[in-house]
Amino acid sequence: MRRPTRLWVVLMLMLAPASAAAIPPADPLGSPMWSAHARTLFGDDPVRFDPRVIVSFPMIAENQRAFPVVIDARGIVGVRRMILLADLNPIPVAIDYRPAHAAPYIATRIKLDQRTPVRGAVQLDSGQWLVSGGWVDAAGGGCSAPPVSRVKGDWADHLGEIRGEVWPMANGQSRVRLSFRHPMDTGLVENIATYHLEALSVVDGADRLLGDMDIWASVSEDPAITLLVDSAADAALRVAARDTNGRDYRAALTLARQSPIPGGR
Amino acid sequence: MILSRRAMLGGMASLAAAPARAADYVITPVAIGDGIWMVRGADEPIESRNGGAIANIAIIATPAGTVLWECGPSLRYARALRQVAEQLTGARIVRVYVSHLHPDHGMGLAAFDPAIVAALPGTIAALVAQGQGYADGMYRLLGDWMRGTDLILPGRAIMTAQEDFGGRALRPLALSGHSSADLALLDERTGMLLGGDLVFNDRAPSTPTAVLPAWRASLDQLQVLPHGALLPGHGPIDPAGIAAIAQTGDWLNWLEGALTQAVRDGLDMVEAGNLPIPDRFARMAVARYEMQRSVSHLYPGLEASLLPRIDIKSAP
Repeated sequence: MRRPTRLWVVLMLMLAPASAAAIPPADPLGSPMWSAHARTLFGDDPVRFDPRVIVSFPMIAENQRAFPVVIDARGIVGVRRMILLADLNPIPVAIDYRPAHAAPYIATRIKLDQRTPVRGAVQLDSGQWLVSGGWVDAAGGGCSAPPVSRVKGDWADHLGEIRGEVWPMANGQSRVRLSFRHPMDTGLVENIATYHLEALSVVDGADRLLGDMDIWASVSEDPAITLLVDSAADAALRVAARDTNGRDYRAALTLARQSPIPGGR
Repeated sequence: MILSRRAMLGGMASLAAAPARAADYVITPVAIGDGIWMVRGADEPIESRNGGAIANIAIIATPAGTVLWECGPSLRYARALRQVAEQLTGARIVRVYVSHLHPDHGMGLAAFDPAIVAALPGTIAALVAQGQGYADGMYRLLGDWMRGTDLILPGRAIMTAQEDFGGRALRPLALSGHSSADLALLDERTGMLLGGDLVFNDRAPSTPTAVLPAWRASLDQLQVLPHGALLPGHGPIDPAGIAAIAQTGDWLNWLEGALTQAVRDGLDMVEAGNLPIPDRFARMAVARYEMQRSVSHLYPGLEASLLPRIDIKSAP
């Protein structure tokens, strides 16, 4: 009686890691694309769903070209990477962020091409991925409609304009807000080739990398990004970015003078 | 013929089951003055459970025939409205006013001869530019409720300051701010002011096409215009005709101030959409929903004007 049980346990222990790596856990959102995305993004790394990855967005997708999303994993220790993903978008990944010396927090706006799960996936130092998110109902066309600046025809007049500010937070970190003028062409609109910001990094005055990210065209036109970095707000933070045509973007962040209160929460 | 068939179908449906009834709009006119009735819209977002019937509508009996203020979201709604209105007044519809381009107010005009449908020139131009997009959105949200509804343009551009219907004078007021062209209408006999979506009452204002300074200027004009009760675009009638105007202005001022401060404080759009709404707006229906929509409409513009330029010109 004892021996078969023990054997069974040993067998389970041998099999468990292999099977967990090969098959991602069942998706609480029931997305048709979950398994495919999980295999591509997470490979053999272990994956589980964890509500401590807080993915917030408005109750309505008022503008499917610019849907605000926040991924906040500050309740989790040891986050080294964060992915913002919309399963049913033709360009599913929007941002892949490495908060090297920054809080595991990112806010931005993305395009939605149809009703889709919107998720945050964060990877721990151990390699483990923690995933959370929800369904968003949206009208179609966020990725396949031309950018407003393409329709107006003034995108090139403003390309390279960067706005932003940095706010001191009560905990010593700083809140960084950035917005770029960029058409973020998806390549899915007739006769407009793919053209988008693809890399962004923030460093402090001592050239220490605070965080960097890869960016895809499912991020909204005129990308807006909010980060929380481990640095004083007056530490001469600098931003560098590059787009898919190889154009470089540089900015120096100035301390917010507009608000007497730290914009931290 | 059509009436009897409709009545027969209605009778069958009421005998049969709930699903058939669910596809009918319930249109209940309520008298609000001498020869004028309102049909209250649901104080909700446009949803399949209300069929998009969320805007307030008025029916006015005149010696020259029946006048409609707004005609609802769909062909099906407007046909039912026409039947109810003509039964109520015993006279054919001779004029339909559409206050502005938003589809909950005017998509139903497909049920009428365009020659009797009047709107501001700016509204007609806006419908040409954006109407099909709104129609697509309504079909997506409402599905079968919209069946047969096409984008039709009003056939009469309002150019006169007064229209006389056999002795009952109506005064169209050409304003803007909720959209690029917003019509209000004063019924001179009763003093009833039909505010369209320039005025909301205990229902949060929506801002997808808003230009706030123009909207405030329009509210100021309505405030000083001598009038009696006021039927807002959404929400209950305001008997004294002033409180709803003040409340709409109060909301717009608070909204703009709160979002401006949110940009200055470094908040992102999601965070701005979760800011507290003051207690004085506690009675307002769909306040959080409209506030989050407004963040989407207004925030990028505020960021572009408030966040400083930080780009460094690349070295030669």
